[in-house]
Amino acid sequence: MKILVCISNVPDTTAKINFKDNDTQFDTQGVPFVINPNDEFGLTRAMWFKEQNGATVDVATVGDASVEATLRKALAIGADEAYRIDTPALDGIQVAKELAALVKENGYDLVIAGRESIDYNGGMVPGIMAGILGYSFVHKCIELQIDGQTATAVREIDGGKETLTAQLPLVIGGQKGLVEEKDLKIPNMRGIMMARQKTLQVLPGIQAKSMTRDVHFAKPAARNQTTMISKDNLDELIEKLHTEAKVI
Amino acid sequence: MSVLIYAEQEQGVFRKQSLEAASYASAWAKAQGTSAEAVVFGHADSDSLAQYGIRKLHQINENQSERFEAHSHAWAIANIAKKSGVKLVVLGASANAQSLAPLLAVHLDAAYVSGVVAMPEASAPMTFKRAVFTNKGFSQTEVSSEVAIISLSANAYGLHPHPVSCSNEATSLPELNAQAKTTPGLIDKVQGKISIADAEIVVSAGRGLKGPENWGMIEELAQVLGGATACSKPVSDLGWRPHSEHVGQTGKPVASNLYIAVGISGAIQHLAGVSASKTKVVINTDPEAPFFKAADYGIVGDAFEVVPQLIEKIKAFKSQNA
Ligand SMILES: Cc1cc2nc3c(=O)[nH]c(=O)nc-3n(C[C@H](O)[C@H](O)[C@H](O)COP(=O)(O)OP(=O)(O)OC[C@H]3O[C@@H](n4cnc5c(N)ncnc54)[C@H](O)[C@@H]3O)c2cc1C
Ligand SMILES: Nc1ncnc2c1ncn2[C@@H]1O[C@H](COP(=O)(O)O)[C@@H](O)[C@H]1O
Repeated sequence: MKILVCISNVPDTTAKINFKDNDTQFDTQGVPFVINPNDEFGLTRAMWFKEQNGATVDVATVGDASVEATLRKALAIGADEAYRIDTPALDGIQVAKELAALVKENGYDLVIAGRESIDYNGGMVPGIMAGILGYSFVHKCIELQIDGQTATAVREIDGGKETLTAQLPLVIGGQKGLVEEKDLKIPNMRGIMMARQKTLQVLPGIQAKSMTRDVHFAKPAARNQTTMISKDNLDELIEKLHTEAKVI
Repeated sequence: MSVLIYAEQEQGVFRKQSLEAASYASAWAKAQGTSAEAVVFGHADSDSLAQYGIRKLHQINENQSERFEAHSHAWAIANIAKKSGVKLVVLGASANAQSLAPLLAVHLDAAYVSGVVAMPEASAPMTFKRAVFTNKGFSQTEVSSEVAIISLSANAYGLHPHPVSCSNEATSLPELNAQAKTTPGLIDKVQGKISIADAEIVVSAGRGLKGPENWGMIEELAQVLGGATACSKPVSDLGWRPHSEHVGQTGKPVASNLYIAVGISGAIQHLAGVSASKTKVVINTDPEAPFFKAADYGIVGDAFEVVPQLIEKIKAFKSQNA
């Protein structure tokens, strides 16, 4: 089985978000970047397929050279090949088209992407890839087993979950649940040494076009002051929730 | 030219998200001098959609079943959208809408903009305000394709009644024949409980509750308020509560009218995911807990003391105001 894990390079979850150039660009100055958390779960799940079924696991990112540290980390975790498609990521449609072309070229049976990137929150790259490629698709995938050409997957639905079966090739939008937090693989010394010897392949891509552009950014409006209420005066809280906030 | 929504039902009742989509679509259609239409799978009563400005209902009678399947549903909606010359498709933020939206975008060669929080800011090119960086920012996103698909953040635009008369057109489509279709199986869903996605009130608790045996009062508080229960990430990682209750940057987003956080410190990853909620109440023993800075109302106190009292007082309030 050939697996591709698509990795989005995102600001660390604790990063403060600022904008520059008259609020037209995200300011990356001083921001540490990490593997998108949803992709971390997918990468570890893929490594289990490698350990248990002898699958090969490649990773790919669309972006300029600044994303290479994140790809190296994926190699150190155990990925076989890393691809960087050398073009800035413009929107989910362009990224999905670039990745879909790589999937076609290399012929993967399983494509693991994340439910969404925590930066632009598009929630579309895996689905658009599945649409372009005509592959089976499971979004918000929280469990995945594969037996021959058949996958059994569980997806999150509102208020519960649904089990489904799908034929390979399959694309998933994965998230926590694929593996547990405590099982997440982190690079060890040996992995880091081995990753140094692996080559990171830089591909020119297909010059796919985007369909959207972020023209202006803003930060959330300043919040109201916090009203502190004594724990001995819960009636005041109820009164305020009723008459001031009008939520009960 | 019309605007199309995907209307979802839960036990024969349209979901609030879909009525929000209807409100949004009909307001935009009106501004553009066109009309808003809806696609629904299976049997539906058009009355409640008509209340929110939907003038035509395309009712798809699926041959097989009414079970959701992303490829088939996307394909069916794409057929209707093409036939009606739709320029904008408006979806809610449900799990199903989010799975079919990107597939629909491919069929319609359309841009897909998710997390939209307001009416379009411009029509040529269409420009949408959406939440980015998990609520740490907003973007004005300009669309260059002819057709756009958007999904609305829950509770952002709200419900705006606009009664019209609605015609109901039964449409039968040939079944999509594709190997890529998945086969839906078992659904595991707690009946009679409000999901976080639909809830107007969410009661959430963190590690301050000490153990899973103490969640009875959280369940009860949610129940008296008619809300859903949620939890912080460590609580679900520890197995105290199901993963489906985990909210925050890496869990479910919450955009309720009221969010009550009990024994949650207010880490940045938690706050990002819940900050779209309109009113936040924080109950925590530690006056320095960061969550207080993001709260509208704060109570410094022990959850084991405060929550049971709050339950009793809300019960009394509800019976007085019933
Ligand atoms: C990559 C990444 C992603 C993450 N994503 C998320 C996410 O999506 N959602 C999320 O929630 N977290 C997330 N986290 C974790 C986050 O950083 C915090 O660790 C977590 O939110 C803390 O949970 P907590 O507030 O329940 O626990 P704690 O931080 O342990 O806080 C417990 C609080 O309870 C209070 N308390 C104790 N006893 C009582 C009592 N008797 N009554 C009232 N209050 C009491 C304490 O004062 C304290 O403030 C993420 C972390 C990382 C690294
Ligand atoms: N630039 C990128 N390179 C590779 N994969 C990406 C990129 N952007 C997004 N993805 C993948 O698509 C998933 C969903 O991203 P998005 O649709 O942008 O929210 C991510 O979790 C990644 O798996």
